[in-house]
Amino acid sequence: MGAIIPGGVLVLWEVLSRMGVLSEDGFSRPSRFFVAGAKALADGTLLAQTAQTFAAAGQALAMAAIAGIVLGAILGLFRPLERAASLTIESLRPIPSVALIPLSLLLFGFSRDMSAWVAAFACFWPILLVTISAVRSVDVRLIEVGKLLGYSFPRIIVKFALPAALPAILVGIRVAAGIAIVVTVTTEIVTNPRGLGFAMTMAAQSLQADLVWATLMWVGVIGYLLNWSLERLERRWLRYR
Amino acid sequence: MKRIGWSLVSVAFFAALLIAWQLAADAKLLNPLWFPGPDRSFGKLWEWITTGALWSPLADTVWRMFAGWLAACVAGVGLGALIASSTLGRRLLQPSAEFLRPLPASAILPPAILLLGFSDAMIVFVVAFGCVWPILLGAIHGFGSMDQRLVEVSRLLNLTPWQRAWKFQLPGAAPHIFAGMRVSIAIALIVTVASEMLSSQPGIGYLMLVAARAFRSADIFAGIIVLGALGFVTNFATQKLEDWLLRWR
Repeated sequence: MGAIIPGGVLVLWEVLSRMGVLSEDGFSRPSRFFVAGAKALADGTLLAQTAQTFAAAGQALAMAAIAGIVLGAILGLFRPLERAASLTIESLRPIPSVALIPLSLLLFGFSRDMSAWVAAFACFWPILLVTISAVRSVDVRLIEVGKLLGYSFPRIIVKFALPAALPAILVGIRVAAGIAIVVTVTTEIVTNPRGLGFAMTMAAQSLQADLVWATLMWVGVIGYLLNWSLERLERRWLRYR
Repeated sequence: MKRIGWSLVSVAFFAALLIAWQLAADAKLLNPLWFPGPDRSFGKLWEWITTGALWSPLADTVWRMFAGWLAACVAGVGLGALIASSTLGRRLLQPSAEFLRPLPASAILPPAILLLGFSDAMIVFVVAFGCVWPILLGAIHGFGSMDQRLVEVSRLLNLTPWQRAWKFQLPGAAPHIFAGMRVSIAIALIVTVASEMLSSQPGIGYLMLVAARAFRSADIFAGIIVLGALGFVTNFATQKLEDWLLRWR
């Protein structure tokens, strides 16, 4: 049932552009962009660009997860510190990630680091907030046990606090993974000479409408599959809990 | 009393970070080419305010952001009500909506530029496209989850479908719709700024990108402060609006 609408739109699109109602320059036509997409897939450029985008997004997620979990664990365990930092967090969090593109461009030039740092800023907040609340809700008795065993503070965090908070943190990381892809593609579209976003901007600037639409559909499929598999993974994790 | 004490601590913490930033900039620990201190950043912002250079780009950015967001609100609520009102509509359209939702809004920038060129209309369209999904899915969920007893009450009262939607379904769906609208206002800001940067339309985003090309780092930081404030204010305002409109709950 769900395939009727997209299929219908594509057929209508093809018919209208063949009749000349939709301009070839902008709309191209479905038969053309499936060919353009297949060609880009076959010669490997699309896959190479996808790999570049995923590498930047993965780097962003890793950096955000490390910073978010470490800081979140510290703030979650020391309530006074969290209260002291609250104004700072509330004033930095609303900064839209793309506002950092010019700064990142200045610092890293046209590189993978550039999009990764911008995306990492966006991914950091959900992971930080989820970690704070997850660590705070860890049973106090677990910490007491750690103290009785004579464990050092970092050891208590690693052995007791983080494992108990892990399921909630993983949910935060799943949310952040979606954000990482979106912000990476955005940064690539705006400035960065790499990845899927760059591929689309280049195709648009050289007026290859068929390649623009093909890449857009590829990005849609990738985003959907990523979302779907992360949800599956999370459900599997929750079942074990 | 205790709360006031903690707010003071929280302000002091923030101030300490600003001072540390200033000291690091003064001691040249941070490269002055990339990282101006707070004095130069806020100084540049103050200069924008006093010379009036800030207002025109800010107005452009705010206008595009709200035009796209409001269009998405109208389209999202209308389409959502339509889709939720019939099982057929839901079966036909919901999979497409779920498929398009994770698509990065900025990804439709290149085709939008092909079709609409570098224009205000193009940016507003892309912003609206990016904002519509959370509102639409919220509306579908909200309108679809009407209490069965209310359906029977409305049947007993002989209400027309229109009356039923207005009196029963909209109030029930409102919390879900507002949740979507609040997510969307943040998306609106991000997409607006990204679009301005790509399409060189006057606005805060474009201002900052030009500053980066000229290595004017104080301008970049002043822009970051402005956009952060804009993000804070819009989030706060939509939250307050939501609380006020849903105060009957």
